[in-house]
Parts: sequence; structure tokens; C-alpha cells
Amino acid sequence: MESVLIYGAINSVIFALMSVGFSLVYGVSRLPNFAHGSIYVLVGFLTWSFVNDLNLNYWLAILISLAVASLLGAAIAQFVLLRLRGLPTSEIIASFAVGLIILEGLRLQGIGGFKGFIGPNYVLKPFVDGKIEIFSVFVDYQRLIVVGVGAALAVGLWFFTHHTRMGLSLRAIAQDEQAAMMLGINSDRVAMMSMAIGSALAGLAAVIILPLGNVTAEDGYRVLVYALAVCIIGGLGSWGGTFMAAFLVGFAMKVSTFFFGAVWESVVLVGTIILVLLVKPSGLLGKQKELEERV
Amino acid sequence: MMSSPDRRRKRLDRSIEVRSAGLYALSSYREMTYVLAPRLLLIVGLLILPFILDPYWQKVLCAAAITAILALSFDFLAQYVGLVCLGGAMFIGFGGYIAGLMNANWGLPPMLTIPLAAVIGSFVSTLVLLPCLRLRGIYFAIVTFMLPLFARNVIVALGLFGSTEGITGLDTLPNTWVEQYVILIALLVALFGLRRLVSEDIGLIMMGIKDNDQAVLAAGISIFRYRVIAVFVASFIACFAGAYLAHLYGWLGLSLFAMDFSILPIAATVMGGMGTLSGAVIGALILTPLSEALRGFGQLRVVLYCLVLLIFILYKPEGLMNYLERKYHQFERWEKV
Repeated sequence: MESVLIYGAINSVIFALMSVGFSLVYGVSRLPNFAHGSIYVLVGFLTWSFVNDLNLNYWLAILISLAVASLLGAAIAQFVLLRLRGLPTSEIIASFAVGLIILEGLRLQGIGGFKGFIGPNYVLKPFVDGKIEIFSVFVDYQRLIVVGVGAALAVGLWFFTHHTRMGLSLRAIAQDEQAAMMLGINSDRVAMMSMAIGSALAGLAAVIILPLGNVTAEDGYRVLVYALAVCIIGGLGSWGGTFMAAFLVGFAMKVSTFFFGAVWESVVLVGTIILVLLVKPSGLLGKQKELEERV
Repeated sequence: MMSSPDRRRKRLDRSIEVRSAGLYALSSYREMTYVLAPRLLLIVGLLILPFILDPYWQKVLCAAAITAILALSFDFLAQYVGLVCLGGAMFIGFGGYIAGLMNANWGLPPMLTIPLAAVIGSFVSTLVLLPCLRLRGIYFAIVTFMLPLFARNVIVALGLFGSTEGITGLDTLPNTWVEQYVILIALLVALFGLRRLVSEDIGLIMMGIKDNDQAVLAAGISIFRYRVIAVFVASFIACFAGAYLAHLYGWLGLSLFAMDFSILPIAATVMGGMGTLSGAVIGALILTPLSEALRGFGQLRVVLYCLVLLIFILYKPEGLMNYLERKYHQFERWEKV
């Protein structure tokens, strides 16, 4: 029972980390970043390549990959999404296409001597090896780091969006785009910025979570699905709702695994989504858009 | 920025277009030919293809027709009802599994299972999508994107329907002629049926829902009801294609839910021109053989569709069909400004 509580909490933080980037981008600029999962996986593979092919220091490798991720996010916003702004269908399709290009491109074989990232051999090292016993449950340090970073991120994001100039302009655009533009905030630049930050957050989640297992390209779909599920349940664009939904889903999955077995995980996830959509279509905390989104 | 600023391109409708458009009181064979030629070109072209292709490309033709039907269903939902469905694979999967299971367990012949699976499959798909039909835009896209992936997980997790291996040895269609003409005729019926549907009153309401749902609501029309109808129609034709696919290869399995069935139709639609319906068919007929030629390169195919998609959506958002239509109906000349 303790293990359900502890691992449920860890699982929840993992979900929150995976989805916070997507939620931020959509919340600020209404850009659905379907390339989110791909950026997550890309950062994992980049870090692996920097460490193993270029023999860089682990921390340096992580920093460089995160920088690459945020540049990539900004580029996707600038060259793809902003050109299609206001065409929701095209935005969704185009970002989905970008994501697939990255994800399937990572698996390409034999072009220019590129071997393709296939198979279970791509493992990132945990930051700190070893385990610790909490209430007679063994937890490895990496999972504790996940929780720590998750908590730090929640506080950091709150501080960033409430007390820095850039964060305040992000919130301003999210709340009322027209008024924010009248006050001299450039909506397109903020959208690009939010994509850069969102992608970096996806990358951060990757480098922290991936050492728990190995890096596979299929993870990209899984992460995207989890991120989308959490954001839908929490209410699209609501940051508080995202964290709440992450805990709901994280515990629901662990509890169902504990009582019924691991096969029910995805069933529980779909069930939760459908239930939430039926009862409260705009998600747990998606209040301000309720009238717009629900017809 | 391509043209110099002192001249511009002027487009004018051809006089025959003006005479034969709208009112169909056609006065000469020339006008009738003008109206019928493009339609006949597509119909006759599709129907004689089985005679001139060799067996390998005949199979590709069947695959292209399946993609075309999926593309039609995507285009109809996205552009005429405003529901972007990223999970066409779900329809294929439902149709294929239902047809295949009826065939494997009860021994029903394909000619019975395919239509039955189309009906049952579309009921099931509509039921599954019901919760998110009250929402618009991105919610629907997200949920439909997740559903095929979940369907796979559920089948594997619960070990249903042959689990990861699927079921082999389903009955195939009697011969290659039946095989090809079933799907080609289904494609043509779907294409012209949908074109008719969207020009009827019901199509007008659906487009209204897409453009301004509040206004439709204010007119006392139930948006939900029309969305259900639209999803049913779209999933009906797509499930038909799925059921046919299962019998074409005599096999059902998890790859019926593969990403290819979701992304290729979307790429075809974008390439052919979103909102034209016939463009979706043309896009599918171009892209599927292309992807077939690249079969040896594994994942390169998916990357290629996505590149085509991205290039078209960014640089030629009108698509092939709108371009061709313009060239057919209008002439253009440069004039001084």
C-alpha cells in the first residue's frame, strides 16, 4: 500500500513534467504543439549522442540538448506555426507533421551512414546511482530527483509567470490577447518564446525521466498521448489544472495497476478522459474557456 | 513578391464556364462536355485502370482507393463539419476487426461481412466519439489521435482477437476483378455521394456549424445531432474501407491501427486541396503509389508524407485540385496597373 502511494506520487510528478510544456504553449498562445513528444525523445537521443559519440561531459551534453530543443521549438513556431496562425486545422496538422518527421526521422536507417535509433541500447545514466528506503519501500535516487525537479519546476514556473517581465507578458497574452497587444506586447514573439520555453521544458522532462528506462523513438507517441490526456483532463491551457490532472491520472494508474494489474493502465486513462469529458467537458479547471469551447 | 509591381495577373471566368455554371439548362454538346469531361475523366479513368495494370500495381490501386476513401472521410469531417480527425486508423481498425471476426468466427462471406462491418463499425465509432462531440476544435483532434493508440494497447493488454499476432486466413474476395471493382465503385459512390450531401440542406447546416456554431445554435438547430450524423457518415465509409482491407489481405492485426492510415489520408487531402473532396481522391492516387515505390526504405515513407504535407500546407495551401479547377474555369492574363 505504501508503494502505491509513493510510486503514485512519483508517477504523478512524471506526468506533470511531461505535460507542463504542452500546457504552457497552448495556454499562452493557443498553439497546439503536436511535436511535443518528438522534442522529448529528440533531446534524449541528442544527449545520448553527445555523451557517447562526442564524449562530452554529461551535464554539458544536457545543457546543449536543451538549448537545441528550445531553438528547435522557436524555429517550429517561427517557420511553421506562426505562418498558419488562425487556421486551427492547419496548425494541428502541420505541427503533427513536424513531430512525425522528427520521430520517424530518428528511426531512419542507412542514409548518410546514419544507423537510426532503434533498439533498447540507448540508455542515459542516472544522475546518482543507488536506492533509499522510505517507509519500507525502495526508491532509487533518480526518482527522488524527478520529484525534486518537479516541485522546483512548479515553484519556478509560478515565480516566472508572476514576477518576471517575460512571464507576465506570457500571462497577459494568455488572458487577453488584444489588450496585451495594445500594451505593446508582441503576440507573435511571445508565441515563439512560449514554444521555446515549452520545448525546453519537454527536453528537461526527458533528461530527468529518461534515465529511469531506456530511450526509444516510440516513447514520443506515448509522451504526446500522456501530455494530451493530462491537459484535456485538467482543462486545456490551465496550468493549475494540468498539475491536478497529473496527480489524478498518476494515482489512478498506479492504483489500478495495484488492484487489477498493469494491463489496465491504458484502459483507465481512456476511461478517465471520457468520464471527464462527459461530466465536465472543459476539463477540471478549464473554467475561463468553458463558454467558448463547449457548444 | 514574384511579379514586378507595374503589372498584375487578371483572372476571368471562361465564357463557357459562365454559361454552364449554376443553372444546368445546357444548350449545346460543347457545354455538356465542358461540365462532364472532368467528372468522366476521373470515373472512366478509375474504371479502366484494372485492365491496364499488372497484378502488383492492381494491389497498389486497391490500397490507393482505400487511402482515397479515408482521405474523403477526413476531408468531409475537417472541412465541412469542422472536426479534425487525426485517427483515421481507428475507423480502419474497427471496420477490419469487425469484418474479420465475423468471418473467422461465424464464417460469413466477405460480401456480407464488409457492409455489415461498415454499419456496425460506424455505430461503434460514433459511440466512442460521442463524448467529445460536444466540444470543438483541438479536443476532437486530440481524442481521435489517441484512440487508435489506445485501441492497440487495449487489444494487446487484454489479449483480445488474436492479440499481437492477429488472425490470419480470412476469406479473400472471389477474384481480382471483384476485388478491384468493389473498392473503386465504393470510392466513386463515396465521392459523388459526399459531394451531393454537402450541397444539400444538411451540408449547408454542417458548414454553418463549422463556420459559426453559435449562429447555428441560435437558429434552433441541434449542433450535436448534425455532428453525430456527420461522424456516422464519415466513419461509415472509412469502416467500409477497413473491412475491405481486412478481406483484401485475408488478415487482421494490430497494424490496422497503424499511424500510416491516419497520416497518409491527411497528406493526400492537403496535397489535393482541403475542402474539395475530389482533391483528396487525386492526392491519394498520387501519394499511395509514391509511398509504395518507397516501401523498401522503411520509415522514410512516413517522413516523406509529412514533408509533402508540410510543404503543401505552407507553400501551396490551396492544393492541386483548386489549382487545376482554376486553370480549367478561368483564363488569366497580365495587365498593366
